[in-house]
Amino acid sequence: MLRPPGNWTSDKPAFSASEARGEKPLLVVRNVGIEFGGIAALKNVSFNVPHGDIVGLIGPNGAGKTTLFNCLSRIYRPSRGDILLEDRSILQQPKHRIAAMGIGRTFQNVALFSTLSVRDNIRIGGHSITSGDAISDMIRLSRRRRTEERLDEVAREICEFLDLRPVEDLPVSSLPFGTQKRVELGRALAMRPKILLLDEPAGGLNHEEVFALGSLIVRIRDQLGITILLVEHHMGLVMSIADRVVALNFGEKLSEGTPAYVQSDENVVKAYLGSKAT
Amino acid sequence: MTAIPQTTLTSAKTGKRSGIVRQTSSVLFLLILVLVPLAATNFVTFQITMLLVYATAILALNILTGGSGQFSLGQSAFFAIGAYTCAVLVEHGGVNYLLTLPIAAAVCFVTGFLFGLPALRLSGVYLALATFALATAMPQLLKLGYFERWTGGVQGLVTSKPDAPLGLPISPDTWLYYLTLAFSLAIYAAATNLLSSRTGRAMMAIRDNEIAASAMGIDVALYKTLAFGISAAITGVAGALGAIAVQFVAPDGYTFQLSIALFLGMVVGGVGWLPGSIAGSAFIVFVPNVAESISKGLSGAVFGVLILLVIFVIPRGARQIAEYLQATIEGKRGSA
Ligand SMILES: Nc1ncnc2c1ncn2[C@@H]1O[C@H](COP(=O)(O)OP(=O)(O)O)[C@@H](O)[C@H]1O
Ligand SMILES: [Mg+2]
Repeated sequence: MLRPPGNWTSDKPAFSASEARGEKPLLVVRNVGIEFGGIAALKNVSFNVPHGDIVGLIGPNGAGKTTLFNCLSRIYRPSRGDILLEDRSILQQPKHRIAAMGIGRTFQNVALFSTLSVRDNIRIGGHSITSGDAISDMIRLSRRRRTEERLDEVAREICEFLDLRPVEDLPVSSLPFGTQKRVELGRALAMRPKILLLDEPAGGLNHEEVFALGSLIVRIRDQLGITILLVEHHMGLVMSIADRVVALNFGEKLSEGTPAYVQSDENVVKAYLGSKAT
Repeated sequence: MTAIPQTTLTSAKTGKRSGIVRQTSSVLFLLILVLVPLAATNFVTFQITMLLVYATAILALNILTGGSGQFSLGQSAFFAIGAYTCAVLVEHGGVNYLLTLPIAAAVCFVTGFLFGLPALRLSGVYLALATFALATAMPQLLKLGYFERWTGGVQGLVTSKPDAPLGLPISPDTWLYYLTLAFSLAIYAAATNLLSSRTGRAMMAIRDNEIAASAMGIDVALYKTLAFGISAAITGVAGALGAIAVQFVAPDGYTFQLSIALFLGMVVGGVGWLPGSIAGSAFIVFVPNVAESISKGLSGAVFGVLILLVIFVIPRGARQIAEYLQATIEGKRGSA
């Protein structure tokens, strides 16, 4: 899944390399709208995420970024519009099928299984790529052994990839915040997603950690072939690794295009000046 | 919920040596359980049989509450259904008492699963109340005139005491003890396997964070009802084993007070810690007697004080004591 690096110099909105080759986008968000108590949190939002891209989703606080993620993982159901993953509507699927369809995510405020170990958290991330039943699990049939072996292997690989081996057996609640965020990332990778939704992964990290995170995200895309939709306030990070950027404000799409284009878009500049941007 | 189990740093860090301490104490404990009837009177053997019965019922509650994070004050209802399934089948159906155990499990699994469906809409205290309603309704349902032909109404049912099979030279009490021990150990092993597997982890994920669990592809509704079903099935087997050991079932033996006692036993043993079930059972079986021997008139108050003591001194129950002992033993070994 290696693709040419985004070297966009034009200031105009551009299409991604895979779209230019005429491939269908991996994820299509089409006219999505949702309201809470009569107030629209998302209004008619449309954009595509092409295969193999890192797409940045930016916007001031309250713009609706997390709400959009929650629609993508079916925690919320949009009142309007549709969301397609590889041409299939995710709104027609039960909530727990979303992971198996290929959408993995992390949460803005780390949502780990806090009493369980790092390894168990990652094993649970692999729930949707394994199978099992209570009877086999209780009386140790061979089905249980196969599943456990698979999950152990997945956990080992991911802990290796994310430098989590030394803390594998520790309960996640005992780990520093930055490490917890890595565990959450590992848990999402365990389901072998096609697209990974990252909700402010740099939040609470120091300068060096943010830098390391940036190259990690690029490695996830390049080595694992996982498409990425990244919500982030850290503009330096978004602008350095995103192929495309979508900007939201008050639930509406404000701008879309190359990082350079969006950054210089007047609407975006105004929206950020109007709020306390980070 | 607040009473969630905590994986402690110490037990995770010390690895192998803690494994040895744990294994040694498990083997010792098992040996005691196997040898106990040789030294005990029939009555004491019977009492320890009941200890195992309640330990199994507490284990079942531990899977539900400690495992999947759902409260239940309705376990006495499943216990009653298991006990009556056994007694009715033996008395009216002429079914072999051993065969009634899997049947009780199946009946209770279905009941628990079905009860778990509407319970999906409830959580925390509301779920506790709904299960409490089940517990208060059960004795009256068992007394209903409509079922009296089978249940014996208020009088209940008396069954006969089974002898040891194959002409084994042991007393019926000893035989029932070993039967109960075998089932309890098998259930304990199955529960341990369950909680350390994909199904059990899915339940614990739901307990820790339902939204994240769902995002990991876990069918929250399925695993919550499954936990209810499995817990009810095990409680039902415990109820049936109890009925066989006592040779008597009556509605007033299965009031909500039994549910409260099982809940208490779970807390005293340590929520989410399966080995604690036996300690919790010992607490609810023996401590009321101890309280009575301290003060006849105020036995209830003494029992209450003892409960408060546990809550304040060892809030995490027997698990806390076990971890303390383990740390002490390892500490000594480490410095020696
Ligand atoms: N469950 C909810 N109930 C009510 N309002 C909500 C809910 N979820 C999101 N909102 C509202 O939607 C808007 C967008 O929020 P959010 O998506 O969290 O913004 P952000 O872009 O900072 O992630 C906010 O006004 C927020 O109050
Ligand atoms: Mg947000």
